[in-house]
Amino acid sequence: MTQDHIAIDEILTAQHDDVLKDWLAELTTSGRSSGAALGTASRTEAQDLLGALREGVRANAGADRFEDAAPWERARGVLETLSRTRAAKGSNAGETSQFVLSLKKPLFARLQQRLGKEPDRLVGAIWSVSELVDRMAQFTVSTFQRSREEVINRQQEELLELSTPVVKLWDGVLAVPMIGTLDSSRTQLVMESLLQRIVDTGSEIAIIDITGVPTVDTLVAQHLLKTVTAIRLMGADCIISGVRPQIAQTIVHLGIDLTGITTKASLADALALALKRSGYVVTRPKS
Amino acid sequence: MQRIPILQMGKCLLVTIQVDLQDQTALALQDDLSAKIEATGAHGVLIDISALEIVDSFIGRMLAGISGIARVLDATTVVVGMQPAVAITLVELGLSLEGVRTALNVERGMQMLRDAAVEDSRDATG
Repeated sequence: MTQDHIAIDEILTAQHDDVLKDWLAELTTSGRSSGAALGTASRTEAQDLLGALREGVRANAGADRFEDAAPWERARGVLETLSRTRAAKGSNAGETSQFVLSLKKPLFARLQQRLGKEPDRLVGAIWSVSELVDRMAQFTVSTFQRSREEVINRQQEELLELSTPVVKLWDGVLAVPMIGTLDSSRTQLVMESLLQRIVDTGSEIAIIDITGVPTVDTLVAQHLLKTVTAIRLMGADCIISGVRPQIAQTIVHLGIDLTGITTKASLADALALALKRSGYVVTRPKS
Repeated sequence: MQRIPILQMGKCLLVTIQVDLQDQTALALQDDLSAKIEATGAHGVLIDISALEIVDSFIGRMLAGISGIARVLDATTVVVGMQPAVAITLVELGLSLEGVRTALNVERGMQMLRDAAVEDSRDATG
Protein backbone atom coordinates (compact mmCIF):
# COMPACT_ATOMS: atom_id res chain seq x y z
CA MET A 1 0.00 0.00 0.00
CA THR A 2 1.16 3.52 -0.73
CA GLN A 3 1.44 6.14 2.00
CA ASP A 4 -1.77 7.85 0.78
CA HIS A 5 -3.72 4.64 0.89
CA ILE A 6 -2.51 3.83 4.37
CA ALA A 7 -3.69 7.21 5.63
CA ILE A 8 -7.10 6.86 3.97
CA ASP A 9 -7.52 3.33 5.22
CA GLU A 10 -6.72 4.40 8.79
CA ILE A 11 -9.33 7.12 8.65
CA LEU A 12 -11.97 4.83 7.16
CA THR A 13 -11.28 2.18 9.80
CA ALA A 14 -10.74 4.20 12.97
CA GLN A 15 -13.10 7.08 12.32
CA HIS A 16 -15.71 5.27 10.25
CA ASP A 17 -18.68 6.42 12.31
CA ASP A 18 -17.50 10.03 12.48
CA VAL A 19 -17.01 10.22 8.73
CA LEU A 20 -20.44 8.73 8.18
CA LYS A 21 -22.06 11.19 10.58
CA ASP A 22 -20.33 14.19 8.97
CA TRP A 23 -21.18 12.95 5.51
CA LEU A 24 -24.89 12.65 6.31
CA ALA A 25 -24.83 16.06 8.00
CA GLU A 26 -23.13 17.50 4.90
CA LEU A 27 -25.86 15.97 2.73
CA THR A 28 -28.58 17.61 4.80
CA THR A 29 -26.96 21.06 4.88
CA SER A 30 -25.95 21.07 1.22
CA GLY A 31 -29.68 21.48 0.71
CA ARG A 32 -29.73 19.95 -2.72
CA SER A 33 -31.35 16.75 -1.59
CA SER A 34 -34.60 17.25 0.24
CA GLY A 35 -34.86 16.23 3.91
CA ALA A 36 -37.35 13.50 3.18
CA ALA A 37 -35.02 11.74 0.76
CA LEU A 38 -32.40 11.50 3.50
CA GLY A 39 -34.00 8.63 5.34
CA THR A 40 -32.65 5.31 6.45
CA ALA A 41 -32.15 4.41 2.79
CA SER A 42 -29.45 7.05 2.36
CA ARG A 43 -27.81 5.97 5.59
CA THR A 44 -27.58 2.35 4.43
CA GLU A 45 -26.31 3.46 1.03
CA ALA A 46 -23.65 5.66 2.62
CA GLN A 47 -22.58 2.85 4.96
CA ASP A 48 -22.32 0.36 2.11
CA LEU A 49 -20.33 2.79 0.02
CA LEU A 50 -17.86 3.53 2.82
CA GLY A 51 -17.35 -0.18 3.34
CA ALA A 52 -16.79 -0.76 -0.36
CA LEU A 53 -14.43 2.19 -0.52
CA ARG A 54 -12.33 0.81 2.29
CA GLU A 55 -12.18 -2.56 0.56
CA GLY A 56 -10.87 -0.94 -2.62
CA VAL A 57 -8.33 1.18 -0.76
CA ARG A 58 -7.07 -1.83 1.19
CA ALA A 59 -6.54 -3.74 -2.05
CA ASN A 60 -4.37 -0.79 -3.09
CA ALA A 61 -6.35 -0.20 -6.28
CA GLY A 62 -5.77 3.04 -8.15
CA ALA A 63 -8.56 5.44 -8.98
CA ASP A 64 -7.63 5.44 -12.68
CA ARG A 65 -9.05 1.94 -13.17
CA PHE A 66 -12.22 2.42 -11.16
CA GLU A 67 -14.50 1.41 -14.06
CA ASP A 68 -13.06 -2.07 -14.62
CA ALA A 69 -10.65 -3.11 -11.84
CA ALA A 70 -11.68 -6.11 -9.72
CA PRO A 71 -11.11 -4.53 -6.24
CA TRP A 72 -13.68 -1.85 -7.05
CA GLU A 73 -16.37 -4.32 -7.99
CA ARG A 74 -18.30 -3.92 -4.77
CA ALA A 75 -18.13 -0.13 -4.93
CA ARG A 76 -19.41 -0.21 -8.50
CA GLY A 77 -22.25 -2.50 -7.46
CA VAL A 78 -23.28 -0.16 -4.64
CA LEU A 79 -23.16 2.88 -6.93
CA GLU A 80 -25.14 1.11 -9.64
CA THR A 81 -27.99 0.21 -7.28
CA LEU A 82 -27.88 3.74 -5.92
CA SER A 83 -28.19 5.35 -9.38
CA ARG A 84 -30.91 2.97 -10.45
CA THR A 85 -33.09 3.58 -7.42
CA ARG A 86 -32.58 7.35 -7.77
CA ALA A 87 -33.42 7.23 -11.49
CA ALA A 88 -36.57 5.26 -10.75
CA LYS A 89 -37.53 7.76 -8.01
CA GLY A 90 -37.07 10.63 -10.46
CA SER A 91 -34.15 12.47 -8.82
CA ASN A 92 -31.97 14.52 -11.15
CA ALA A 93 -28.36 13.79 -12.05
CA GLY A 94 -27.06 16.68 -9.94
CA GLU A 95 -28.57 15.38 -6.71
CA THR A 96 -27.27 11.91 -7.41
CA SER A 97 -23.66 12.99 -7.98
CA GLN A 98 -23.87 15.43 -5.08
CA PHE A 99 -24.50 12.46 -2.81
CA VAL A 100 -21.10 11.02 -3.68
CA LEU A 101 -19.27 14.34 -3.90
CA SER A 102 -20.36 15.31 -0.36
CA LEU A 103 -18.01 12.63 0.92
CA LYS A 104 -15.03 14.86 0.07
CA LYS A 105 -15.46 17.39 2.87
CA PRO A 106 -15.50 14.95 5.82
CA LEU A 107 -12.56 13.00 4.40
CA PHE A 108 -10.54 16.15 3.71
CA ALA A 109 -11.20 17.37 7.27
CA ARG A 110 -9.98 14.06 8.74
CA LEU A 111 -6.88 14.04 6.58
CA GLN A 112 -6.14 17.61 7.66
CA GLN A 113 -6.31 16.54 11.30
CA ARG A 114 -4.12 13.53 10.77
CA LEU A 115 -1.48 14.88 8.40
CA GLY A 116 -1.66 18.61 9.19
CA LYS A 117 2.02 18.70 10.14
CA GLU A 118 3.26 17.01 6.95
CA PRO A 119 2.09 19.19 4.03
CA ASP A 120 3.65 16.98 1.36
CA ARG A 121 1.82 13.86 2.47
CA LEU A 122 -1.38 15.85 3.05
CA VAL A 123 -1.43 17.15 -0.54
CA GLY A 124 -0.75 13.66 -1.90
CA ALA A 125 -3.50 12.06 0.20
CA ILE A 126 -6.02 14.79 -0.63
CA TRP A 127 -5.26 14.38 -4.31
CA SER A 128 -5.85 10.61 -4.07
CA VAL A 129 -9.15 11.03 -2.23
CA SER A 130 -10.30 13.74 -4.58
CA GLU A 131 -9.52 11.66 -7.65
CA LEU A 132 -11.26 8.64 -6.20
CA VAL A 133 -14.42 10.48 -5.20
CA ASP A 134 -14.55 12.22 -8.58
CA ARG A 135 -14.32 8.88 -10.33
CA MET A 136 -17.11 7.49 -8.20
CA ALA A 137 -19.30 10.51 -8.93
CA GLN A 138 -18.61 10.20 -12.66
CA PHE A 139 -19.48 6.52 -12.59
CA THR A 140 -22.69 7.27 -10.69
CA VAL A 141 -23.77 9.90 -13.17
CA SER A 142 -23.10 7.73 -16.21
CA THR A 143 -25.00 4.80 -14.69
CA PHE A 144 -27.80 7.17 -13.73
CA GLN A 145 -27.97 8.50 -17.27
CA ARG A 146 -27.92 5.01 -18.74
CA SER A 147 -30.84 3.84 -16.63
CA ARG A 148 -32.80 6.99 -17.54
CA GLU A 149 -32.11 6.33 -21.22
CA GLU A 150 -33.31 2.75 -20.83
CA VAL A 151 -36.59 4.09 -19.44
CA ILE A 152 -36.93 6.53 -22.35
CA ASN A 153 -36.22 3.86 -24.96
CA ARG A 154 -38.74 1.49 -23.44
CA GLN A 155 -41.38 4.19 -23.39
CA GLN A 156 -40.66 5.12 -27.00
CA GLU A 157 -41.14 1.54 -28.12
CA GLU A 158 -44.37 1.24 -26.18
CA LEU A 159 -45.62 4.50 -27.67
CA LEU A 160 -44.81 3.30 -31.17
CA GLU A 161 -46.84 0.14 -30.71
CA LEU A 162 -49.70 1.85 -28.92
CA SER A 163 -50.20 4.58 -31.45
CA THR A 164 -50.82 2.53 -34.57
CA PRO A 165 -53.89 0.34 -34.25
CA VAL A 166 -55.65 -0.91 -37.37
CA VAL A 167 -59.41 -1.02 -36.77
CA LYS A 168 -62.12 -2.66 -38.81
CA LEU A 169 -64.94 -0.18 -39.41
CA TRP A 170 -67.16 -2.28 -41.61
CA ASP A 171 -67.02 -5.48 -43.57
CA GLY A 172 -64.24 -4.73 -46.06
CA VAL A 173 -63.36 -1.33 -44.61
CA LEU A 174 -60.26 -0.81 -42.45
CA ALA A 175 -59.16 2.40 -40.71
CA VAL A 176 -55.93 3.63 -39.12
CA PRO A 177 -56.25 6.62 -36.80
CA MET A 178 -52.80 8.22 -36.91
CA ILE A 179 -51.76 10.04 -33.73
CA GLY A 180 -48.55 12.06 -33.46
CA THR A 181 -45.80 12.98 -35.85
CA LEU A 182 -45.26 10.74 -38.85
CA ASP A 183 -41.63 9.76 -39.30
CA SER A 184 -40.04 7.02 -41.39
CA SER A 185 -40.12 4.31 -38.73
CA ARG A 186 -43.75 4.99 -37.80
CA THR A 187 -44.85 5.06 -41.43
CA GLN A 188 -43.05 1.77 -41.98
CA LEU A 189 -44.82 0.20 -38.98
CA VAL A 190 -48.24 1.53 -40.02
CA MET A 191 -47.70 0.43 -43.60
CA GLU A 192 -46.69 -3.09 -42.59
CA SER A 193 -49.54 -3.66 -40.13
CA LEU A 194 -52.14 -2.11 -42.46
CA LEU A 195 -51.04 -4.12 -45.50
CA GLN A 196 -50.98 -7.32 -43.45
CA ARG A 197 -54.51 -6.65 -42.18
CA ILE A 198 -55.66 -5.99 -45.76
CA VAL A 199 -54.36 -9.43 -46.76
CA ASP A 200 -55.85 -11.11 -43.67
CA THR A 201 -59.31 -9.59 -43.95
CA GLY A 202 -59.51 -9.16 -47.72
CA SER A 203 -60.62 -5.56 -47.22
CA GLU A 204 -60.92 -3.44 -50.35
CA ILE A 205 -60.91 -0.01 -48.74
CA ALA A 206 -58.48 1.44 -46.19
CA ILE A 207 -59.01 4.80 -44.50
CA ILE A 208 -56.03 6.69 -43.06
CA ASP A 209 -57.25 9.28 -40.58
CA ILE A 210 -54.74 12.09 -39.97
CA THR A 211 -56.79 14.12 -37.46
CA GLY A 212 -54.13 13.41 -34.82
CA VAL A 213 -51.18 14.42 -36.98
CA PRO A 214 -50.14 17.90 -35.82
CA THR A 215 -48.34 19.06 -38.97
CA VAL A 216 -48.01 17.89 -42.53
CA ASP A 217 -44.81 18.90 -44.31
CA THR A 218 -43.32 17.57 -47.53
CA LEU A 219 -41.70 14.62 -45.74
CA VAL A 220 -44.93 13.56 -44.03
CA ALA A 221 -46.78 13.94 -47.32
CA GLN A 222 -44.20 11.75 -49.01
CA HIS A 223 -44.69 9.07 -46.35
CA LEU A 224 -48.45 9.25 -46.86
CA LEU A 225 -48.05 8.97 -50.64
CA LYS A 226 -45.84 5.90 -50.19
CA THR A 227 -48.44 4.21 -48.00
CA VAL A 228 -51.22 5.01 -50.45
CA THR A 229 -49.19 3.65 -53.38
CA ALA A 230 -48.40 0.43 -51.51
CA ILE A 231 -52.09 -0.05 -50.69
CA ARG A 232 -53.00 0.49 -54.33
CA LEU A 233 -50.38 -2.04 -55.44
CA MET A 234 -51.99 -4.60 -53.16
CA GLY A 235 -55.26 -4.06 -54.99
CA ALA A 236 -57.13 -2.03 -52.37
CA ASP A 237 -58.26 1.60 -52.32
CA CYS A 238 -57.16 4.24 -49.87
CA ILE A 239 -58.96 7.28 -48.52
CA ILE A 240 -57.23 9.93 -46.43
CA SER A 241 -59.52 11.61 -43.93
CA GLY A 242 -59.29 14.16 -41.14
CA VAL A 243 -57.60 16.88 -43.20
CA ARG A 244 -57.97 20.04 -41.13
CA PRO A 245 -58.34 23.44 -42.84
CA GLN A 246 -54.86 24.62 -41.80
CA ILE A 247 -53.33 21.39 -43.09
CA ALA A 248 -55.18 21.72 -46.40
CA GLN A 249 -53.73 25.23 -46.72
CA THR A 250 -50.22 24.03 -45.89
CA ILE A 251 -50.45 21.23 -48.43
CA VAL A 252 -51.47 23.62 -51.20
CA HIS A 253 -48.89 26.26 -50.24
CA LEU A 254 -46.12 23.67 -50.20
CA GLY A 255 -47.20 22.55 -53.64
CA ILE A 256 -47.65 18.91 -52.59
CA ASP A 257 -49.39 16.98 -55.35
CA LEU A 258 -52.15 14.80 -53.93
CA THR A 259 -53.97 14.19 -57.21
CA GLY A 260 -55.18 10.64 -57.54
CA ILE A 261 -55.67 10.36 -53.78
CA THR A 262 -59.15 10.63 -52.33
CA THR A 263 -59.18 13.00 -49.37
CA LYS A 264 -62.07 13.76 -47.05
CA ALA A 265 -62.49 16.31 -44.27
CA SER A 266 -63.75 13.88 -41.65
CA LEU A 267 -63.71 10.17 -40.89
CA ALA A 268 -67.52 10.12 -41.19
CA ASP A 269 -67.33 11.38 -44.78
CA ALA A 270 -64.70 8.78 -45.59
CA LEU A 271 -66.83 5.99 -44.11
CA ALA A 272 -69.85 7.20 -46.07
CA LEU A 273 -67.82 7.11 -49.29
CA ALA A 274 -66.42 3.66 -48.44
CA LEU A 275 -69.92 2.28 -47.85
CA LYS A 276 -71.16 3.83 -51.10
CA ARG A 277 -68.27 2.29 -53.04
CA SER A 278 -68.92 -1.15 -51.54
CA GLY A 279 -72.55 -0.83 -52.58
CA TYR A 280 -74.12 -0.29 -49.16
CA VAL A 281 -77.03 2.13 -48.70
CA VAL A 282 -77.63 3.62 -45.29
CA THR A 283 -81.30 4.35 -44.58
CA ARG A 284 -83.25 5.42 -41.51
CA PRO A 285 -86.65 3.74 -41.30
CA LYS A 286 -89.32 6.24 -40.19
CA SER A 287 -90.52 5.55 -36.70
CA MET B 1 -34.75 -22.43 -69.16
CA GLN B 2 -37.90 -22.33 -67.08
CA ARG B 3 -41.04 -20.98 -68.76
CA ILE B 4 -44.10 -19.64 -67.00
CA PRO B 5 -47.27 -21.35 -68.31
CA ILE B 6 -50.02 -19.16 -69.76
CA LEU B 7 -53.55 -20.58 -69.40
CA GLN B 8 -56.53 -19.51 -71.44
CA MET B 9 -59.96 -19.15 -69.81
CA GLY B 10 -62.46 -17.95 -72.35
CA LYS B 11 -61.38 -14.51 -73.42
CA CYS B 12 -58.92 -14.16 -70.58
CA LEU B 13 -55.33 -15.30 -70.12
CA LEU B 14 -54.20 -16.50 -66.71
CA VAL B 15 -50.56 -16.33 -65.63
CA THR B 16 -49.64 -17.73 -62.23
CA ILE B 17 -46.10 -17.03 -61.14
CA GLN B 18 -45.20 -19.78 -58.67
CA VAL B 19 -41.41 -19.43 -58.65
CA ASP B 20 -39.02 -16.59 -58.00
CA LEU B 21 -38.65 -14.87 -61.33
CA GLN B 22 -35.27 -14.71 -63.01
CA ASP B 23 -34.58 -11.99 -65.52
CA GLN B 24 -34.49 -14.43 -68.48
CA THR B 25 -37.75 -16.09 -67.39
CA ALA B 26 -39.40 -12.70 -67.09
CA LEU B 27 -38.29 -11.67 -70.58
CA ALA B 28 -39.52 -14.98 -72.00
CA LEU B 29 -42.87 -14.45 -70.27
CA GLN B 30 -43.18 -11.03 -71.86
CA ASP B 31 -42.52 -12.55 -75.32
CA ASP B 32 -44.87 -15.52 -74.83
CA LEU B 33 -47.65 -13.37 -73.43
CA SER B 34 -47.64 -10.84 -76.25
CA ALA B 35 -47.65 -13.70 -78.80
CA LYS B 36 -50.51 -15.41 -76.98
CA ILE B 37 -52.65 -12.25 -76.76
CA GLU B 38 -52.19 -11.74 -80.48
CA ALA B 39 -53.00 -15.42 -81.25
CA THR B 40 -56.11 -15.69 -79.04
CA GLY B 41 -57.45 -12.16 -79.26
CA ALA B 42 -57.83 -12.16 -75.47
CA HIS B 43 -59.25 -9.01 -73.92
CA GLY B 44 -57.96 -9.61 -70.40
CA VAL B 45 -54.74 -10.78 -68.74
CA LEU B 46 -54.60 -11.79 -65.10
CA ILE B 47 -51.20 -12.11 -63.44
CA ASP B 48 -51.22 -13.81 -60.05
CA ILE B 49 -48.09 -12.96 -58.05
CA SER B 50 -49.29 -14.18 -54.64
CA ALA B 51 -46.41 -16.67 -54.46
CA LEU B 52 -43.81 -14.09 -55.45
CA GLU B 53 -41.80 -13.07 -52.40
CA ILE B 54 -38.76 -11.36 -53.88
CA VAL B 55 -38.87 -8.55 -56.41
CA ASP B 56 -36.26 -6.22 -57.79
CA SER B 57 -36.55 -3.14 -59.95
CA PHE B 58 -36.27 -5.26 -63.10
CA ILE B 59 -39.26 -7.43 -62.23
CA GLY B 60 -41.22 -4.33 -61.21
CA ARG B 61 -40.46 -2.68 -64.51
CA MET B 62 -41.37 -5.87 -66.35
CA LEU B 63 -44.81 -5.95 -64.71
CA ALA B 64 -45.41 -2.40 -65.89
CA GLY B 65 -44.03 -3.38 -69.33
CA ILE B 66 -46.39 -6.36 -69.72
CA SER B 67 -49.32 -4.14 -68.79
CA GLY B 68 -48.30 -1.56 -71.38
CA ILE B 69 -47.83 -4.18 -74.11
CA ALA B 70 -51.22 -5.74 -73.34
CA ARG B 71 -52.88 -2.33 -73.50
CA VAL B 72 -51.45 -1.71 -76.96
CA LEU B 73 -52.84 -5.11 -78.00
CA ASP B 74 -56.24 -4.05 -76.57
CA ALA B 75 -56.23 -6.23 -73.46
CA THR B 76 -56.67 -5.18 -69.83
CA THR B 77 -54.06 -6.41 -67.33
CA VAL B 78 -54.79 -7.01 -63.66
CA VAL B 79 -52.03 -7.91 -61.21
CA VAL B 80 -53.43 -9.78 -58.20
CA GLY B 81 -52.31 -11.02 -54.80
CA MET B 82 -49.26 -8.86 -54.21
CA GLN B 83 -47.64 -9.58 -50.85
CA PRO B 84 -47.25 -6.67 -48.39
CA ALA B 85 -43.45 -6.98 -48.39
CA VAL B 86 -43.42 -6.88 -52.21
CA ALA B 87 -45.65 -3.79 -52.28
CA ILE B 88 -43.40 -2.00 -49.77
CA THR B 89 -40.29 -2.95 -51.75
CA LEU B 90 -41.73 -1.64 -55.00
CA VAL B 91 -42.72 1.64 -53.34
CA GLU B 92 -39.26 2.02 -51.81
CA LEU B 93 -37.75 1.38 -55.24
CA GLY B 94 -39.88 4.26 -56.52
CA LEU B 95 -41.99 2.00 -58.77
CA SER B 96 -45.64 2.87 -58.32
CA LEU B 97 -46.73 0.88 -61.43
CA GLU B 98 -48.97 3.68 -62.69
CA GLY B 99 -51.49 2.33 -65.14
CA VAL B 100 -51.35 -1.23 -63.84
CA ARG B 101 -54.63 -2.43 -62.36
CA THR B 102 -54.42 -4.37 -59.10
CA ALA B 103 -56.77 -6.59 -57.10
CA LEU B 104 -56.56 -8.41 -53.79
CA ASN B 105 -57.12 -11.93 -55.10
CA VAL B 106 -57.84 -13.93 -58.28
CA GLU B 107 -61.60 -13.86 -57.75
CA ARG B 108 -61.75 -10.08 -57.57
CA GLY B 109 -59.30 -9.81 -60.45
CA MET B 110 -61.57 -11.93 -62.67
CA GLN B 111 -64.54 -9.78 -61.63
CA MET B 112 -62.57 -6.69 -62.61
CA LEU B 113 -61.77 -8.19 -66.05
CA ARG B 114 -65.45 -9.12 -66.60
CA ASP B 115 -66.50 -5.56 -65.70
CA ALA B 116 -63.91 -4.18 -68.10
CA ALA B 117 -65.21 -6.49 -70.87
CA VAL B 118 -68.80 -5.34 -70.28
CA GLU B 119 -67.69 -1.71 -70.50
CA ASP B 120 -65.77 -2.41 -73.71
CA SER B 121 -68.77 -4.05 -75.40
CA ARG B 122 -70.95 -1.15 -74.27
CA ASP B 123 -68.46 1.28 -75.80
CA ALA B 124 -68.39 -0.75 -79.03
CA THR B 125 -72.16 -0.90 -79.41
CA GLY B 126 -72.41 2.54 -77.98
